[in-house]
Amino acid sequence: MGKSRGMNERIRKLREISVNTPVHIDLERAKIETDFYKLNDGKYSIPVMRAMTLKEYFSKKTLYLGDGELIVGEKGKDPQASPTFPELCCHSEEDMVVMSERKLVSFKTTEEDRRLQKEEIIPYWTGRSMREKLLSRMTPQWHDCYEAGMFTEFMEQRGPGHTCGGEQVFTTGYMEYKEKIKKTMDELDYLNDPEALDKCEELKAMDIACDAVMILGERYHKLALEMAEKETDETRKAELFQIAANLEVVPAHRPQTYWQAIQLYWFTHLAVTTELNPWDAFSPGRLDQHLYPYYRKDVEAGILDDRKALELLECLWVKFYNQPAPVKVGITLKESATYTDFANINTGGVTPDGRNGVNEVSYLILDCMDDMRLVQPNSNVTISKKTPARFLKRACEISREGWGQPAFYNTEAQIMELVNAGKSLADARRGGSSGCVETGAWGSEAYILTGYLNIPKIFQLTLFNGYDQYSGKQIGLKLGEAKDFKSFDELWAAFKKQMEYFVDVKIRGNNVIEKLYAEDMPAPCLSVVTNDCISNAKDYNAGGARYNTSYIQGVGIGTVTDCVAAVKYNVYDKKNFTMEELIEAMEHNFEGYDAIYHMVHDKSPKYGNDDDYADEIMQDIFELYRSTITGRPNMRGGEYRIDMLPTTCHVYFGDVILATANGRKAHKPVSEGISPEKSADTHGPTAVIKSCAKMDHLATGGTLLNQKFTPDVVAGETGLNNMASLIRSYFAMDGHHIQFNVVDRQTLIDAQQHPEDYKDLIVRVAGYSDFFRNLDKPLQDEIIERTEQSFS
Amino acid sequence: MCMITNIQRYSIHDGDGIRTTVFFKGCPLRCVWCHNPEAQNRGRELLCSGEKCTGCGACAAVCPQKAVSLKNGTARTDRKLCTACGACAEVCVLNLREIAGREYTVKELTAELLKDQIFYEESGGGVTFSGGEVMAMDMDFILEAAKELKRQGIPLAIDTCGYVPYERFQRILPYTDVFLYDVKVMDEGLHKKYTGVDNRLILENLVRLAHDGARICVRIPTVKEVNGNERSMKEIIAFLQEHDIHPIQINLLPYHDTGSGKYRKLDTAYKGTDLHAPDKEEMEALTALFINAGFKNTKTGG
Repeated sequence: MGKSRGMNERIRKLREISVNTPVHIDLERAKIETDFYKLNDGKYSIPVMRAMTLKEYFSKKTLYLGDGELIVGEKGKDPQASPTFPELCCHSEEDMVVMSERKLVSFKTTEEDRRLQKEEIIPYWTGRSMREKLLSRMTPQWHDCYEAGMFTEFMEQRGPGHTCGGEQVFTTGYMEYKEKIKKTMDELDYLNDPEALDKCEELKAMDIACDAVMILGERYHKLALEMAEKETDETRKAELFQIAANLEVVPAHRPQTYWQAIQLYWFTHLAVTTELNPWDAFSPGRLDQHLYPYYRKDVEAGILDDRKALELLECLWVKFYNQPAPVKVGITLKESATYTDFANINTGGVTPDGRNGVNEVSYLILDCMDDMRLVQPNSNVTISKKTPARFLKRACEISREGWGQPAFYNTEAQIMELVNAGKSLADARRGGSSGCVETGAWGSEAYILTGYLNIPKIFQLTLFNGYDQYSGKQIGLKLGEAKDFKSFDELWAAFKKQMEYFVDVKIRGNNVIEKLYAEDMPAPCLSVVTNDCISNAKDYNAGGARYNTSYIQGVGIGTVTDCVAAVKYNVYDKKNFTMEELIEAMEHNFEGYDAIYHMVHDKSPKYGNDDDYADEIMQDIFELYRSTITGRPNMRGGEYRIDMLPTTCHVYFGDVILATANGRKAHKPVSEGISPEKSADTHGPTAVIKSCAKMDHLATGGTLLNQKFTPDVVAGETGLNNMASLIRSYFAMDGHHIQFNVVDRQTLIDAQQHPEDYKDLIVRVAGYSDFFRNLDKPLQDEIIERTEQSFS
Repeated sequence: MCMITNIQRYSIHDGDGIRTTVFFKGCPLRCVWCHNPEAQNRGRELLCSGEKCTGCGACAAVCPQKAVSLKNGTARTDRKLCTACGACAEVCVLNLREIAGREYTVKELTAELLKDQIFYEESGGGVTFSGGEVMAMDMDFILEAAKELKRQGIPLAIDTCGYVPYERFQRILPYTDVFLYDVKVMDEGLHKKYTGVDNRLILENLVRLAHDGARICVRIPTVKEVNGNERSMKEIIAFLQEHDIHPIQINLLPYHDTGSGKYRKLDTAYKGTDLHAPDKEEMEALTALFINAGFKNTKTGG
């Protein structure tokens, strides 16, 4: 264990530094921003102020150019430095201590950091941060729901994001963006357009953001030259000169080479993730297709071979890994307890005109993942009907090594989901999945995740007349005691009303938050690189993008299906016991109620077994959830849609629900993604896949399915072929995504007891992979208990 | 109707691709090493594990035959009285009791088998009829199911011990993609000793089936004390050569005792405790005998 990875000595060294450096807080950004705001707040429009802040940071920040690096640039002072964003969430003195001392996902803070936070950052930002602004505008109902874990709120500590670069991010220099901005500016109609002034300010801000990125490029150019001149090692000297030469071209101009294209992307990544703190960082999208023209040109010119092309990819992978997700606290930490920042790369798929998208760079990316085995970037593949078997099998080969990557997306499903949501066919083909599994039209869409919804808890409150046993409060509607529902239909009608109520509370809050972000926290740099923001002269956060979607992510479909099925089957169909008896057993966590527990836990229909009784209930719940949300207007001119994914939220949502009707004990995690409840599936992986495929994936913006296998099931050529067949079959049934954990239970139990021996053990959590040792115990237990499919 | 103990989906070790394997109940042989003892007898049977029983008495209370009683704090079942009705299995809160054997109509069975059609088609898999002994079942039932699978385009593998009148094979042959045909040992005495029957009919059927054009995989459960030696394997090779039989594949399956726990649940003794699998090198050496004799497609394991 712990062996160093990478294709050569350079990469191994860079990777070692990245993996072994403790994650630490870096207050340089906060300090520069605070000083700048103190001096200038009120002098400029909000968008301009935001862009100037980015420019100020890029003009003054400490630069880092590490030994051996070929791709340069860091968000903070050095690898694993985590800048903070007090304008979004200003950490308290206590936060600064807790984040440093907590055992998992910790961020080291020094005495000096704590002093600076206390004396300069907190005094200025108190009352000004978005977190305070938005929480103070929420209704009492919203607060009750939030505290009871009915839903989470994504924008409480991080900005709206979920952004993925399109082709332009690899082909357009910032001078070119500036020309486009100028052109729009020149065409503004100050006589007839009442928004002309706002547009002008937004365009000015975008223009300044372009300058900010170019300033960072120039500063690195200068640094590389200085270092080159001092360097005594001839090889490194030449590399530094080449880095400097690259920086004469990018980010200002269109890249000329494969190397420059990667460097350009990386500067945009840094700019987007430091102007604000957007969810899911920023993704290069179809990296293989974007790099391919440069690769081919350089190979033909004789200046690039596969080794060099791979080395540059591996340098980029190190860069991704150097950037931990910004520090989270409170409920936001619970819903997403990881350093992973979810930059997501989809390799494969199809081209914008619908041909097979796999090329030579696609295979290099697979080799890179295999070499690097890093949990960031989230490296995945998208498999189309046109994808060659060789590519799929190579991806399966890496996946079965058991560290969770790559996951598999269904290209045709992604396209259908996007077309169904109103995207053009070509834009849909350019799209894919980012974050965990969420579908978007890359480069052209602001698709904002707004929070998770706790579906099992909504049913739980339906059984308890809106009363929440966890918080001891009346949170839901009073629609009558469960015992008084004369039929299943009456129970269902109540469930429907509760669902509508909680979604209303959530969306009302979302609307306020979207509006606040649109007005108070624009993202000019992200707007520059997102299609149509420049021509609309409107910010990404205000509906400037070509497409604008808001997602609410559903959690616990497996658990809630089994709960509804257990009630319907035992109370109404078979009359095995009464509703009162069931409620009483639930109130006692089933202790002393063995017979009822046995019936609901072992003898009732369960989702995940290709059993229509349970699966039809799943379909009904899914449709209720979908129709309650999909199509509702958001505040950015777009619509709401749904996703079915949990990150780590299923553990948190389980923690806030007492015993449920399916026999799940109090506080245990609910099911994750669209996977069945733990141990509920007993008919093997094909039955799980069949059940999951009964959900209408194409009506969503992404679903997440985890499958766990023991190594022997996927061993050898036969195992590989069967794995590939499972994926193809699931995708033929329109499944959106599937990922595999290939590791035996014993290994996980051992890793839990001896974390020191398993420093490198990576498992698939939910739409991303993480080190097993970084997970808290309930989540570790949950992964151990996920049904292990072994049929030998 | 046919009695079935289990329908195993995502079965990946009995034939090509992703398969569903049907375990029919009832077998004319009594192989000492049998790892599906619950599939030997034709009727329904109770499987019952006693170790964790807390003596709650729920099973005794519901048994219509009064076959269950509590002794020393655990439930005991009088198998002479038990009709395997399953009432106790429904109420056992620890899930210690289950019934082996459920009757299916052809329609019910094929409906279950069609569920994974998409996986068969994608992987080149299909359905395997196993057991117990499928060829000892009601042949009208088996034929009807096989015809339906053929009509749906699903390949069928028949996993058989071969100990049935040949006329049964003739009937199923047109609907069968491949036979997984067990050959144990050439020595008649040993065969009788370890399986309960002599091997003449089995070998005759194998020859006839091969000559009638069936695609055959020969499967040899390999047990050190029975056939896990060079002489036994060479006898099998000689037999195949002498009768001009060319299996599409030969598998030497090393003995394992994973089924032994089920004997306890049936309250019967496992007689194979003294059996062993040849070690890895020995297995490879035995497999090599076939390969060297020209049966290139021979493998250790499934």
